[in-house]
Amino acid sequence: MITKHTLPVRKAPFITIAIFLALAMAGISLNEPKRVLEQAWQVCLSCIGIG
Amino acid sequence: MGAIRKWVQAIFFLLTNGSWNFPFTRTIYQGPLKVVCSPGLNCYSCPAATTYCPMGALQQILGGVRMALENGQYFLGLYVIGTLGVIGGLIGRMVCGWICPFGLFQELLHKIPSPKFDVPRVLRFVKFAVLLLMVIVLPLTVVSELGIGSPWFCKYLCPAGTLEAGLPMLFLQPSLREAIGLLFYSKVFLLLIFSGWSVLASRPFCRTTCPLGAFYALFSSVKLVKLQLNRERCTNCKACHPVCPMGVHFNESPNDTECISCLACSRICPFQAIHLEIGGLPLTTMTDHHKAKPRVVSPQPLG
Repeated sequence: MITKHTLPVRKAPFITIAIFLALAMAGISLNEPKRVLEQAWQVCLSCIGIG
Repeated sequence: MGAIRKWVQAIFFLLTNGSWNFPFTRTIYQGPLKVVCSPGLNCYSCPAATTYCPMGALQQILGGVRMALENGQYFLGLYVIGTLGVIGGLIGRMVCGWICPFGLFQELLHKIPSPKFDVPRVLRFVKFAVLLLMVIVLPLTVVSELGIGSPWFCKYLCPAGTLEAGLPMLFLQPSLREAIGLLFYSKVFLLLIFSGWSVLASRPFCRTTCPLGAFYALFSSVKLVKLQLNRERCTNCKACHPVCPMGVHFNESPNDTECISCLACSRICPFQAIHLEIGGLPLTTMTDHHKAKPRVVSPQPLG
């Protein structure tokens, strides 16, 4: 339950989230998710210590 | 609340490792969900993984940034860093305590009866060096003739990759066994070291080595959901010290970068001085926070 006695609302989390959301959007506009998908669909042998 | 956390951990384990047809396909999941970020450390080469590992993806992108730029592609890791930052801004290292599969693995190992030891606090700084060097600097700067860098953390250190991907893939694809070398054995050795250490100490990998935990730790002061200390109620009785799985002394440093918001301190506090808050808005199960009386903690019978 939310109490009536509240501290001042902290703005820093919202500013932080907005900044990183903008970064993520910039990445999407640069088509980075496609690159991430290409990598994630392959077994990364060097990642797992083989090859 | 402890039981709820276990359920949340189990649910996220299944969500990020929800592809269970690998015994038939004998390879990894290759569906569209792999564009979704796994909040915790969860190798995307794990046969059951349905999401991508942010540390693995970031190293791969940074390792290939030169080649991408030469081809006119501005793949700088903004999507991965942005997604991680949003998660960090929302809950920070709460991911470690509530979501991360490798955190759950360590917690389960720690339940094995044995002598228990603390982790030296100075080792907490190692993980920031791992993040800076093995995830960012080395993949960017040490490159092959083709201009491609290696995923240093995944390749040389990550025990989660060995556990979730290396060992299962060797089982599923026998042809890979021919490629096993010193590198793989060294990674198995590291996995054994961290597993044994997890039996003896609470979450040693999270506390000393995990670069994802180090990244989320940067958000300790600014994350939206965090634990708050009511200094009017706190008597510095130190009841919160021995129960913290990360070695945090919450009454001394409520914004500690190691806090994973598991709520163990909140449950044990006899004066109800620790509570969750969202953006400054305290949450409590009490009807009147200020009328709450200190709990009396009964001594447990010995033997």
